Amino acid sequence: MTAVFLGIPTAPPGVGHLRGDRSFPDAARDALRDGQLRANLGHATSTIRAKRAAVVGEVPDWAELRQAGKAIKAATMARLDEHLLELETRVTERGGTVHWARDAAEANRIVTELVRATGADEVVKVKSMATQEIGLNEALEAAGIAALETDLAELIVQLGEDRPSHILVPAIHKNRAEIREIFARTIPGVDPSLTDEPRRLAMAARAHLRERFLRARVAISGANFAVADTGTLAVVESEGNGRMCLTLPDTLITVMGIEKVVPTWRDLEVFLQLLPRSSTGERMNPYTSLWAGVTPGDGPQEFHLVLLDNGRTAVLADEIGREALHCIRCSACLNVCPVYERTGGHAYGSVYPGPIGAVLSPQLTGVEDNASLPYASSLCGACYDVCPVAIDIPSILVHLRAEHVEAQQRRTPEAAAFRALARAMSHPRLWRLAQRAAGLGRFLARGRPTMPASLPPPASAWTRSRDLPTPPRETFTAAWAREHGS
Amino acid sequence: MSARDEVLSRIRTALGDRRPVPDVPRDHRTTDDRPPDELLDLLTERVEDYRATVLRCPPDAVTPAVVAALDTGLGAGVGAGWDPASVVVAPGVPDAWRPDGVATDDGRPAVGLAAFAASVTGVAVAIAETGTLVLDGSPLCGRRALSLLPDCLVCVVEAGQVVGEVPEGLGRLDPVAPLTMVSGPSATSDIELQRVEGVHGPRTLVVVLVA
Repeated sequence: MTAVFLGIPTAPPGVGHLRGDRSFPDAARDALRDGQLRANLGHATSTIRAKRAAVVGEVPDWAELRQAGKAIKAATMARLDEHLLELETRVTERGGTVHWARDAAEANRIVTELVRATGADEVVKVKSMATQEIGLNEALEAAGIAALETDLAELIVQLGEDRPSHILVPAIHKNRAEIREIFARTIPGVDPSLTDEPRRLAMAARAHLRERFLRARVAISGANFAVADTGTLAVVESEGNGRMCLTLPDTLITVMGIEKVVPTWRDLEVFLQLLPRSSTGERMNPYTSLWAGVTPGDGPQEFHLVLLDNGRTAVLADEIGREALHCIRCSACLNVCPVYERTGGHAYGSVYPGPIGAVLSPQLTGVEDNASLPYASSLCGACYDVCPVAIDIPSILVHLRAEHVEAQQRRTPEAAAFRALARAMSHPRLWRLAQRAAGLGRFLARGRPTMPASLPPPASAWTRSRDLPTPPRETFTAAWAREHGS
Repeated sequence: MSARDEVLSRIRTALGDRRPVPDVPRDHRTTDDRPPDELLDLLTERVEDYRATVLRCPPDAVTPAVVAALDTGLGAGVGAGWDPASVVVAPGVPDAWRPDGVATDDGRPAVGLAAFAASVTGVAVAIAETGTLVLDGSPLCGRRALSLLPDCLVCVVEAGQVVGEVPEGLGRLDPVAPLTMVSGPSATSDIELQRVEGVHGPRTLVVVLVA
C-alpha cells in the first residue's frame, strides 16, 4: 500500500531543502572532479570511523542496545498517534504550548508568527535538521527576522553562504584553511592574525557569538528525542551553543519531526548510549539538555513545541520504507559509505545526504522527485552494519528502486537489456552465443584487465564512470566441458 | 480539519489495521556490580579523558579541594590568581564546601552570571562509564545558566552519587527537572572532525571527588 494510493501527501515542492536541482549522477560527476573536496572528506571520514569503531568496540552489550533501539522505534511507530497525544498532554501540563504542522510551509508560518508575537527581529538557533529541511531561515528572513546559526559548522556554512553537506558536521567539506578564509572575510572585527589552528577558529566563533547569546530573546531548536510519558525534550550537543539557546532567551521554540517521540523515560537510556558513540565517536557528548515545559526561575518562561509532518506520514504508510523513520541522525552511515566519501553531501541535493538520505529524501518527497537517489549506492551494506538502530538501508534502497521502475510509463533501455538478458539466460543455445560474442570484446581490451572507457553506446553508459572487466579467455561452462566433458 | 486532526488522521490511515505492538527486548546492562572503589577510579579516568581535571579529597577537606580546583581553573593563589568575589556558588552548596568570600547565586537575571569567572555546584548523579555529571536544577546544582556562563566550572561529586552505567544514572533523576548532562568541558569536532575543547560553555571543568 502506498501513500499516494491512501491519499497521504508527501512534502510539498517549492519550500525547504529536500530536492536537488540536479540528478545525483550529474551532481556527483562535478563533485568527483574536486580534488580538494575528496581530500577533505577522505581525511574527516577516516578520522571519525576510527573513533567510532574504538568506542563502540568497548561496549560489551552494543548488540543488545542496538536491538533495543530498533525495537523501541518500531513499537513507537506502531502507536505513533497515541504517543504524540500523550506528549502533547504532558508538555501542556508543564506550561508549554504544542502546535501541529502538516508541512514545511505551515511550520514556517507558525514559527514566524510566534517570533513576531515576541517583537524580536533576531533569533538564535541550535543546529536542527528539521528546520533546515523546511527552509525556516529563509522563511524568517522573508519576514524580516534574522536567524543566527550558532553551531560552529552551521555558522561556517551560513557565513560562507554555502549549503550543509553532512548531518552532524555540515561543513565537513571545508578544511581548516578554507574555514579560516571564510572567518577572516565575514566576521566583523575578527583578529587579522587569525590562524587556521582549529582552537583559534573555535575561539573566533566564541567571541563572535558571545554577545549575541547574551542579548537573544528568542531561540529556535530541534529535538533529538521527546519522551511521551514525561513530556521531556532532549537536545544533544557539544559546544554549549545549544545550552545558551535553550537556557538564556525568554522564548524557546522547538521544531520536531513527529517520528522523534519515544514512549518512556527509560527508552532514553538506550539512545543516550547509542547516539554519541555512533555520531562523534565519544562515550558521551559534552552536553545533553533535558527539559519538560517551563521551569519557573530557570530557562525560557515561554515554550512552544511544533510537531512537524512534512511527508513523514507518507513514509509511515510504506511498511518496508517506514524503517527510515527510526533514524536518530547520528550520521554513522555517511561516514562509512564509499559513495558519500567520494561525492560528499551536496550531490544528494537534499539536507539528508548519504545512505539514510538516499532512503529518506525520496520517501518524504515521493520517489519521482528524488528518483536518482535510490541508485546512489553500491548496496555494500556498510551503512546497515554501523546503524545504531539497525535500519536495513540496502533493502529499502532496493524497494525504492523497484517502486521507481514500476512507476515508469515507458520501457527504459535498462529494462530492455534485462529482458534480453533474461531470455538469453533461459535458453542455453542463446546463452552460449552471447558468451561467445562477449568474448570478442577481448580484442578491444588489447590485453588490459579492463575494457576501454570510450566504448560505443549503450555500453558507454556503464563504462563512463565504472570499469568493465575484460571477458575471460574461456567461459566457465567451456572450461567445465573441457575438463569434465559435457 | 485542524492540522492536529489531519496529522493524526494521516497517521491512523498510514498504520491501517492496528497490528499488535512489537515486543521490546531490553537485554542490555542496567546495573554495574563493580566495587565502589573501581567505579571512582573509572569515573576519574573517563572524566580526565575529556581533558578535565579530577581532584580527590576526604569528606572533611572539601573546601581546600575546591580552592585547589579554582587554582587549577583560574590560576594559583587567592588574591593573586583569582578573586573570591569572581566565584559564584549554587545556593544549596553546603557551607563546608565554600571558600571564604565567594558569592552565592542571588537570582539576578541569568545573563548577569556571565560576569563571574567560575562557578561551584554539586551534582545529582555521576556516571562512571561515560564520565558524565548530571546537574538537575536543584539548589545544590543551581539553575542551568550558573554552570554555563562562567568560564570555569567546579563540580563537587560525593562517592555515593557515583553509579556505573547510563541506565542507573537516568533512573536516579527526575525526568521533569531541567537536567544538564556534562561530559567534560565544552568541545567541538566541527573542524576536520578533530576534537577541540572549549567553545561556548565553560572551557575548564574541574571535578572534586569526595571519597
